Amino acid sequence: MTAIETRNLTKHFRDVAAIDDVSLSFAEGRVHGLLGRNGAGKTTLMKLLTGQIFATSGEMRVLGQSPLENPQVLAQTCFIQESQKYPDGFRPLDVLRIAEGLYPAWDQELARELIADFRLPEKRAIKKLSRGQLSAVGIILGLASRAPLTFFDEPYLGLDAVARRLFFDHLLADFADHPRTVILSTHHIDEVSNLLEHVVLLDEGRVAISEEAETLQNAAIEVSGRRDEVMAFTAGADVLHLQEIGSLATSTLHAEPGSVERARAAGLQVAPVSLQNYIVHRTTAAAAAPVA
Amino acid sequence: MLDESKPLFIAVAEQIEDGILDGTYPEDTPVPSTNELAAFLRINPATAGKGLNRLADAGVLVKRRGVGMFVTVGAAELLRRRRRDDFARAYIVPLLREAAHLGIDPENSPR
Repeated sequence: MTAIETRNLTKHFRDVAAIDDVSLSFAEGRVHGLLGRNGAGKTTLMKLLTGQIFATSGEMRVLGQSPLENPQVLAQTCFIQESQKYPDGFRPLDVLRIAEGLYPAWDQELARELIADFRLPEKRAIKKLSRGQLSAVGIILGLASRAPLTFFDEPYLGLDAVARRLFFDHLLADFADHPRTVILSTHHIDEVSNLLEHVVLLDEGRVAISEEAETLQNAAIEVSGRRDEVMAFTAGADVLHLQEIGSLATSTLHAEPGSVERARAAGLQVAPVSLQNYIVHRTTAAAAAPVA
Repeated sequence: MLDESKPLFIAVAEQIEDGILDGTYPEDTPVPSTNELAAFLRINPATAGKGLNRLADAGVLVKRRGVGMFVTVGAAELLRRRRRDDFARAYIVPLLREAAHLGIDPENSPR
């Protein structure tokens, strides 16, 4: 089943196309990564899919229906925004109490456990929380809501390493016990890459990649060795990045079946390319393409 | 902890295989569940499940409905036989190549 489907979805802000002709599909019950540089359109896409803003053109189906003004869809959707605003004087306690009434599958016990784990001062005014504590409020909401469709927009902001690990482990454990569709937007790609099953990369409002994470993790290899040997090996290949120092070179290229074996046979060192590095290469390569 | 140069589910499968070969998972006993593996290795449960299914398809594990995956009787021998076949390709060939780089003659191995 498909949780989300968009066709030619487009959103203009004045003359800027923040989302430009995006046709995507997100399968149900999986963890999807929504990646891209700042300003690539990730937040705009999530706002469109949760009915917070209106599309300029195009179509979308969320849980089989249009999300616009649709309580049936929205009750099953939880959107944790990076810059969520709360009413003045609200404390985490108040937010969680309201959330309990909003989300049919809310788990109060999990919420209590998370508050303790994140050491969130639940009776302090939200205005006085640190950036990391504010992120923790969102994470607790997102996890304890158990919404069939959950969006996390940069949930890591301001979180220390311990809290990031907490989020990852709780998300993984809760997802395993209560499978649902999760769309995770983050710049900390390396930290979540083993959790993602499907990856969408947005670049300037367009879909640069929509692919299985496993495929991407093996999509490129890094070969290094003597410069002339690296050059000979990569001639005609789809090279993403080349670095040279003296008589040595390191080249990142798209892997083809048998590439690893052939590179080793040619006496080159072969290393895997992490999802994060692959995304970086794909993004900068795309940005450089029109100039070349 | 997992071999990053391989698809994740294959690294998961190989880690279970290692456990079977070194006796961590004796024959006819259960291996960790998908969710236990996922939490321990910090990977998606679907990936962990794919690794286990790969071993089930190879006859190394057997599914027992409602209980989980168990090590097949004879699994260790099966794995040993298969890995012996891979041994030359994975270890001997690179060894000889490095020896050649270093000017070591395999016939007159150094002390």
